[in-house]
Amino acid sequence: MPDATGLELLAQRVREAVADDAIVGTRFEHGHATLDVHPPRVHAVLSYLRDSDDEPYGFLASLHGCDYLPAEPRLGIHYQLLSMERRDRLGVRARVTVEEPQLPTVTDIFPTADFQEREVYDFFGVIFDGHPDLRRLFMPEDYVGHPQRRDFPMGGEPVLFTFNEHKLPRWYE
Amino acid sequence: MSDPLKVPYREREASISLEAMDGESPIAGVELEPESEMLTINLGPHHPATHGVLRLLCTLEGETVRSVEPIIGYVHTGIEKSCEDQEYWKAITFVERMDYLAYYFNAYAYCSAVETLLEEEVPARAQYLRVIHMELNRIASHLFWLGTGALDIGAITMLWWALRERDEVLDLFEMSSGQRLHTRYFQVGGVFEDIPPGWETKVRAFLAEMPSRIDQYEALLDENEIWLRRTKNTGIVPVDQLIGLGVTGPLLRAAGKPWDLRKAMPYCGYEHFDFKIPVGTVGDNYDRYRVRMAEMRESVKIVEQALDGLPEGPYITPNRKVALPPRHELATSMEALIHHFKLVTEGFRVPPGETYVAVESPRGELGCFVVADGSAKPVRVHMRDPSFVNLQALRHMGEGSVIADFIACLAMLDPILGGIDR
Repeated sequence: MPDATGLELLAQRVREAVADDAIVGTRFEHGHATLDVHPPRVHAVLSYLRDSDDEPYGFLASLHGCDYLPAEPRLGIHYQLLSMERRDRLGVRARVTVEEPQLPTVTDIFPTADFQEREVYDFFGVIFDGHPDLRRLFMPEDYVGHPQRRDFPMGGEPVLFTFNEHKLPRWYE
Repeated sequence: MSDPLKVPYREREASISLEAMDGESPIAGVELEPESEMLTINLGPHHPATHGVLRLLCTLEGETVRSVEPIIGYVHTGIEKSCEDQEYWKAITFVERMDYLAYYFNAYAYCSAVETLLEEEVPARAQYLRVIHMELNRIASHLFWLGTGALDIGAITMLWWALRERDEVLDLFEMSSGQRLHTRYFQVGGVFEDIPPGWETKVRAFLAEMPSRIDQYEALLDENEIWLRRTKNTGIVPVDQLIGLGVTGPLLRAAGKPWDLRKAMPYCGYEHFDFKIPVGTVGDNYDRYRVRMAEMRESVKIVEQALDGLPEGPYITPNRKVALPPRHELATSMEALIHHFKLVTEGFRVPPGETYVAVESPRGELGCFVVADGSAKPVRVHMRDPSFVNLQALRHMGEGSVIADFIACLAMLDPILGGIDR
């Protein structure tokens, strides 16, 4: 892990190489370093961290979303980067609002993001601009809503069994 | 919404490309022979060779697989969402059910993430007990993979042989934790109970027997013409492409990249054990098979070392704010009763924060991402399941091969749909 100082140095390098507004903040907790990135700069920052930085991170281990309700902006999209050579991890996080949940896709630099961005789109409704095939992954195609958002009710739909099938006429609508 | 049963099938499944049915090549760059015809078929969702409820939309040209599209979500049960409504200690039961063959790893990844947020120390004995159970679980998981994978290729004897040894491991789990599957043995702060008397002897008997059993499996498979033809030089994906696809675990190691989190970023005391990381050279299905077989031997060695060096001491943290007090204290100590009551009714609170913890599961990097807001329930629990990420490589393994090799690729990929769909 980059330590707290290393994280600040890294953030400075990213600011110089990509753009001044690219890094919104840094966090270092429980030994894990995270860069908060301005959402439109995510692609530029990740491709800089993958290719151009002195300490590159060549592997996208995980991409996942989180709903920080009631904090604003509500949605957080996490990119867990890994450097196999230096055995080092770095988190990158972008926060977007539910009104404008737009992020650039990273599938062109990390093909692994294909399924994972579809998962985040499915569960949180984040639109990844430029994703080649942005469809629901787990939920049915005609499903309404994004179930992992915190304001989506738990148990919002009745579970269908044979005993209550007749009580739910035309349930398939 | 209109009656979906009245909408034509093609409109309902609008995302599925049926271009191939019209005689045009669906894959750019692949020219069809004039009289050849593409056939689009579904492998699954209910197909024994898909190891669960996986649907593969395949386009075939004769016997050759030209395109593969995995369609998942049939067993999506919303475990991650359900975890948000459970106290931290109750969510362990949920996460274990994701990758249902590697339940100890799910539980460990989750407990370890919560322990990181709590900054809770785990006693050395608990760590060793965790290692013993995880490595036994790795053997059981690989055995199940071996049995079903070989069955896909037609070697039915392997199923009985592999499940016979897997059952012995499950018997050991039953003895130590009371359950064969989904044991919920790992707790936040340690393990549920100390191992019972006589368990160590049984484990040692199993470990003494296991290497000779692996020899038997290899004797059956390594000189089997059908097995070799199905696995050798099939499903090769270059290591750079695998890394781009996020593939980890035995699949990546078979391609020659010695990446194993137990060695690279040791956790849970793995740095104390002497073991090797098997790697392949070609990266074909045969290497994937060999790597997993060698991993079972290494796991046997790790369990032996952990039993030899099993430290004395507590098996769970003495912190009463996190772990339940021992049962006998409840009769005599008011504080123990209060702690017990608070833990069972409310659970423990976790200070705000977020963390990502990754462990090496039998299928690759299993990551657990937990966000806490200071209450007794997690805000978000996410599992980066290796099967889910590895499944994306199936297209690159299978396209262009004959369909029998494609089934072998799927078997050697070892996808667990409970983990993929969560």
